[in-house]
Amino acid sequence: MEETFGNYSILGKAIPRVDAKAKVTGQAKYAADFEEANMLWGQIKRSPYAHARILNIDTSKAEKLPGVKAVTTGKDFGGFKWGWSGPTRDEEPLAVEKVRYLYEGVAGVAAVDEDIAQEACDLIEVEYEPLPGVFSPTEAMQEGAPLVHDDRPGNICVEYHWNFGDVDKAFAESYLVREDTFQTPRMAKGYLEPPAVIAYWPDPNRLVYIGAKGSPYFPYRILARCFNLPLSNVRIITPIIGSDFGGTKNDMTPADFSAVMLAKKAGRPVKIVTTQFDTLTTDLRRHPMWITVKTGVTKDGILKATYLKAVADGGAYTRMSPLTMFLVGTCHTLPYELPNFKYDAYNYFTNNPSSAAMRGHGLYHSRFAADVQLDMIAEELGLDQVEIRLKNSIPNPKPGEIYETVNAVHLATCGVQECIEKVAEAVNWKTRKKKVEGDKAYGMGFAAATYNSGTKLSAHNACAAIVRVCEDGSVNYLTGATDVGQGSDTIMSAIVAEVLGIKLDDIDLKRVDSAFTPVDPGSYGSRVTVHAGEAAKKAADDAKNQLLEVAAEQFGVKPDDVEIKDKKVFVKSNPNKNMAWERLVRIACYETPGKVIIGRGYSTQGISMYGLADFSKGAGDIGTNYSFTAQASEVEVDVETGVVKCTDKNVIAHDCGFPLNIQAVETQVQGGSYHQGISAAMYEEFKMDQGQTLNPNLVDYKRPRAYEAPMTDVIHVITNDPYGPFGAKEASEGSCCSAPPSIVSAIHDATGVWIKDLPTEPEKVFWALKKKREKGQK
Amino acid sequence: MKGEMKELKFSVNGKPYELEVKPETLLVDLLREELKLTGTKKGCLVSACGACTVNIDGKAVRSCSVLALQANGHEVTTIEGVADGDKLHPIQQAMVDHGAIECGYCTPGMVMSAKALLAENPSPTREQVKEAIQGNLCADEGYVKYIEAIEIAAREMRGGH
Repeated sequence: MEETFGNYSILGKAIPRVDAKAKVTGQAKYAADFEEANMLWGQIKRSPYAHARILNIDTSKAEKLPGVKAVTTGKDFGGFKWGWSGPTRDEEPLAVEKVRYLYEGVAGVAAVDEDIAQEACDLIEVEYEPLPGVFSPTEAMQEGAPLVHDDRPGNICVEYHWNFGDVDKAFAESYLVREDTFQTPRMAKGYLEPPAVIAYWPDPNRLVYIGAKGSPYFPYRILARCFNLPLSNVRIITPIIGSDFGGTKNDMTPADFSAVMLAKKAGRPVKIVTTQFDTLTTDLRRHPMWITVKTGVTKDGILKATYLKAVADGGAYTRMSPLTMFLVGTCHTLPYELPNFKYDAYNYFTNNPSSAAMRGHGLYHSRFAADVQLDMIAEELGLDQVEIRLKNSIPNPKPGEIYETVNAVHLATCGVQECIEKVAEAVNWKTRKKKVEGDKAYGMGFAAATYNSGTKLSAHNACAAIVRVCEDGSVNYLTGATDVGQGSDTIMSAIVAEVLGIKLDDIDLKRVDSAFTPVDPGSYGSRVTVHAGEAAKKAADDAKNQLLEVAAEQFGVKPDDVEIKDKKVFVKSNPNKNMAWERLVRIACYETPGKVIIGRGYSTQGISMYGLADFSKGAGDIGTNYSFTAQASEVEVDVETGVVKCTDKNVIAHDCGFPLNIQAVETQVQGGSYHQGISAAMYEEFKMDQGQTLNPNLVDYKRPRAYEAPMTDVIHVITNDPYGPFGAKEASEGSCCSAPPSIVSAIHDATGVWIKDLPTEPEKVFWALKKKREKGQK
Repeated sequence: MKGEMKELKFSVNGKPYELEVKPETLLVDLLREELKLTGTKKGCLVSACGACTVNIDGKAVRSCSVLALQANGHEVTTIEGVADGDKLHPIQQAMVDHGAIECGYCTPGMVMSAKALLAENPSPTREQVKEAIQGNLCADEGYVKYIEAIEIAAREMRGGH
């Protein structure tokens, strides 16, 4: 029998996704699949310099080319600047005075076809004064270094200094203190669907924007401000989204602004589909980071203190870097007990494309460094890796109790110990044996991780939902949340059906159309299930209560004596008194004068507990609750060539509180581990030279493929978190964080070498092995 | 206008077409822009991601790497031609039932690669399944459930054994 959890009609089981049939038959429409009558194609003119002053832009030749219908430059936007938050608005839709990274957009063209639009871009003449640039934090931090932003001295984008407890005293009292520096690579987000947009103006004061955005209310707010429109006149329509992982499909691009401006100028719809080359050279990337961890432990391996220093390349604009650097530090006190913690963060502007959020945002860097270092400590102390983790793990708080870390992060549930124990058992950790077969050495690594779930930031945090019960018993569900592939459309539909006591098929979910759906912060920070799920539950409860009142009147009982299950409405104390769901709805809607059954709900759980985190001091909760993960990975290392491969022995235990959809949790965890975790550890890195991306295609930029994929097993650990809907917490970002340390630890287990600089390319492993052999011979 | 138009006779999903096309038109652009078959996705356009995979005479081909004219006289099947009306093909059904699909952008290409594999080899080993879809990049789901779904479909198509 298939595994199920909880005692629900729909939730806690394998729920087939509501959009799967459309996706598997090619009927699902992504942004690039839309077209409008009379539509033009747009292209972006890009800078050939990574850092240069713009002296003049002459568009006259482009405008005269037959077939060109509109041309735009940055000046059309009247000095408008935008950014991730009010104080960080440092970017223009198209560069006006200065370009700060290679291929930054400087103009846009709309024409009757893509080729003419491209030809017109080539005819735009831009006069530049090239400037010296900075291409790494090391260059950016030098005294007298060229400034990326003239008003940002020292090229400092973000700086935090946090201090909890007394790390110096704790180091002095420690039996062993280790300091190691680790490095994480500059990475692509990896979505295959290129960012695409169609914009048009039904009348001069109304905008329609159809775009590949995982957080469609970002463009809703930004475009309203940019084009001075009331929000009521900005209509953002969200098609099916081909993955996001944070960044470009959350944020705006020159193509987004240009399509809207060109459509306004031409008076016709404009479509821009970004090419893969443009995506890989200009889209937001995962921050490359240099992480130094100094940790003190007792003789038994109990953690006493950590000093963490993170230096990041933020790229040309601030974007989400303040949040990134916060996340790198905040969860360092999870999943192990850490009484003293100090953190210094430095994020520098450079003339590279901007860095931003990516699945596993922030924690992936620091959890990788800390968990690998924990293995180094275990080795030095002669302790087992599982043993040292179990010793330090935060125990699961008893129901009703809260665990508070030294930096005021709060946990109502923590399944990390159970995750570690279950993975160790599944891979027979205690009795495992290293093996060497010819040139191949096999080893297994172990890691544990955490991720914040239901992320809450300053300002608007709530998700909202509307449940509209139609008179025949079918239901429209209007949500502001966006399914980018993680499966939230299915979860939201399932929650509504579960609460109303009807079938999943009875729910018709409406994806975001800002003319009708409620405003929503977006799909980031593993926040959707927790916040939008709470809103779904509340909206369904609201609709249900309205119907129960009608039923109670019909049955002559009190509303709380009525229940709905499997589309049957019955009196709890006398189930013989019952009627069909459809009949109840019909009575409610048709009894004079007839009700309009609309349920409303919005989430409050996230902010009602401990308030918001303080970014400057580092105290407080970014998450509503926190997921936990443990992972064991086996690798095969070719000791002659340094090539590392995963074997199929890969097990992850994940505490997502309660798995609302078992299948979706599994694909989320397997995918999070492989695509953004293992791939970060083993394969992916943008190679750069003076701001130029040297491998901007998916041949030279290695992505994980099926033939190298470990057939990862997922173990569900149930903790039923009181702050998530039906006990749920996030699923997937935790596994992005446990995968890299488990791989590095496995390579060490197989060969005895530590690779601290990701990815673990064959060349690095080869040289490390060679060095080790030579050392051994001396 | 650049270049003269050439005649193209071929069939797509069993339907015959006689068209005039620009010689430089890629098959993927013809399918999407002219025939409005947008189920075939454009990903990398350098034959690296497999999102545009179709079947030509039953073989898996990346439609961004062939000219439309190269399909002259051949039978092209796209994702829109795989299901039998409302009845999903066993590969599609297995992917839906097994929960293999996440964002779905690679899914049409994945189905077309799997279909070509099972037409040629009804009993593939796991390694052969992995090899058949190695040209299909997925961004989010980890391949595990895709691989298992193709194995489930193969068993189903063999009559359950």
